[in-house]
Amino acid sequence: MQRYSSFQLIFLFLGALLLLFILAPLLGMFFATQSSELVDTWREAEVRQSIWLTLWVSMAATLIFAFAAIPFSFLMARKDFPLKRLVTGIIDLPVVIPHSAAGIAILGFVSRNSVLGKAGSAVGLDFVGHPAGIAVAMAFVSIPYLVNAARDGFLAVPLRLEKAAFVLGASPARVFFTISLPLAWRNIVSGLILMFARGMSEFGAVIIVAYHPMITPVLIFERFGAFGLKYARPVSVLFILISLLVFILLRALSREKNKSD
Amino acid sequence: MKNISFKVNKGEYFILLGMSGAGKSMLLEMIAGLTIPDSGEILLNNRNIEKCKPNEREVGLVFQDHAIFPHLSVSANIGYALKRKVLNYSTKLDQIRSIAERVHIQQLLDRQPSTLSGGELQRVALARTLVQKPEVLLLDEPLAAIDTKLRSEIRSLLRQLNREGQTIVHVTHDFDEAISLAHRIAIIHEGKIIQTGTPEEVFGSPRSEFVAHFVGIRNFFKVKLTESETGCLAELANGLKVSSTQKSASGEGYLMIRGEDVTLSAEKYAGSELNNFEGKIIEVAGSRTGVDITVDIGVPVHVSIARVAAINQGLTEGISVWLHFMASAVNILPIK
Repeated sequence: MQRYSSFQLIFLFLGALLLLFILAPLLGMFFATQSSELVDTWREAEVRQSIWLTLWVSMAATLIFAFAAIPFSFLMARKDFPLKRLVTGIIDLPVVIPHSAAGIAILGFVSRNSVLGKAGSAVGLDFVGHPAGIAVAMAFVSIPYLVNAARDGFLAVPLRLEKAAFVLGASPARVFFTISLPLAWRNIVSGLILMFARGMSEFGAVIIVAYHPMITPVLIFERFGAFGLKYARPVSVLFILISLLVFILLRALSREKNKSD
Repeated sequence: MKNISFKVNKGEYFILLGMSGAGKSMLLEMIAGLTIPDSGEILLNNRNIEKCKPNEREVGLVFQDHAIFPHLSVSANIGYALKRKVLNYSTKLDQIRSIAERVHIQQLLDRQPSTLSGGELQRVALARTLVQKPEVLLLDEPLAAIDTKLRSEIRSLLRQLNREGQTIVHVTHDFDEAISLAHRIAIIHEGKIIQTGTPEEVFGSPRSEFVAHFVGIRNFFKVKLTESETGCLAELANGLKVSSTQKSASGEGYLMIRGEDVTLSAEKYAGSELNNFEGKIIEVAGSRTGVDITVDIGVPVHVSIARVAAINQGLTEGISVWLHFMASAVNILPIK
């Protein structure tokens, strides 16, 4: 056991308060809910569908946007160009924009009358009030997490290794897929999980673009507004438990993969 | 780097010698194609390659810190360059194995890089580069990260590879390494090549103060030169005159004598009238090869002798001695 000086004990005390601050509301909610309520709530099709919708749309949004985000992060890690600082700032914008304001911006961007909306309709893809719109809103607020994590991952790959691969005859594409990507993979997976988590918990931007179909954050809000705290609580607890389960699973899987390296 | 120009012949072991950070690594990177020179040409077998991409040049580069891919096995590392070529699996394995045997790491093929020592990793790096059968092998301070014990092993390996026909361009700051391996040496100082030639040519006749210091010539004096029939006469700051067999016009210059070329004795040297000076020993210090003695004859002269000799002659600080050196051992560097 490490020793703490009396000065550090103060830090320990403050840290404990912080942990309590996070855990107390959650634990309070869990204890206030009876298992019978949880079972009943799970039995509701609307709840199950909502949770499933939230999970798969966020996962889809993460994977689809990863195709552009990961190569972009590689460029950010390797190349210098004028206005690079500006670009870095732009990437971080979604984190500082109020969520509902972001939703309004996205709504204007994907509504039926917009360029994107029209193009989407042409291929049968609707955004407003549809999962595609939810995915766009989720991706908007969560992409910074993936880009930053992936960029840090690529930055940690020694440039010398890439140079060595070049001299050994590899094309830039081969260097990227056989050297840069595998060595940055751990950070990228972390970024993907983070993006998924952030997307899944988004409320403000999604509710503006697509109130229906209801992802669970929206469902909780509606139940609270219509019926009150007691009625919204079981859904909240259920959603939190399932989210935790999914993340623990993902983290365990990613660690498994790394161990086998 | 300015106006760098040199030529390496096929099968030669060419060494670029210079202080760390003199730009030697950049030179290799330019040859390999990782850095673009502002101007100039690079010719390989009379073919211009300065516009070629790194993966199109027939050169191999081994980095100072081996740069082995940590996520691939030794075998996969060595075989990395082979993916480009259209070969079937077993042929590739054969090539990997035979290269591994050549550098004595065949027992490590299935290992992961994180389990290997520095010397082993450097050999993997060599194997990885050799498997492409490069026209020229570029080595960037290959022995810098290796323990002194292992250095001679890798040195023999490099010598062997060169004997088998591999042209090598090797960059280092280590003088001993350069002497022991090179057919020809180019000395780089402040971004320029200041002398090129065989080790004997370069270090036997240093053409600059930098090279002289590099070689460890510590007897370096500013002198006034006068032409003579047999060579020239060099006058030291305190008026003492030194004879040299080297021909030089009158003027100013530098005088260099190796510490090993000076002999000490209690009595004046009887064999020659030239270059005999009396002085007092002001310092006796141990060195890697023997004893370094500093004698004050009006200017300090450094003498390197064997430990046994120092003991036998009873050379200690404070005693008077005579020193002598041959006129042919005096190097003159005229100041232009």
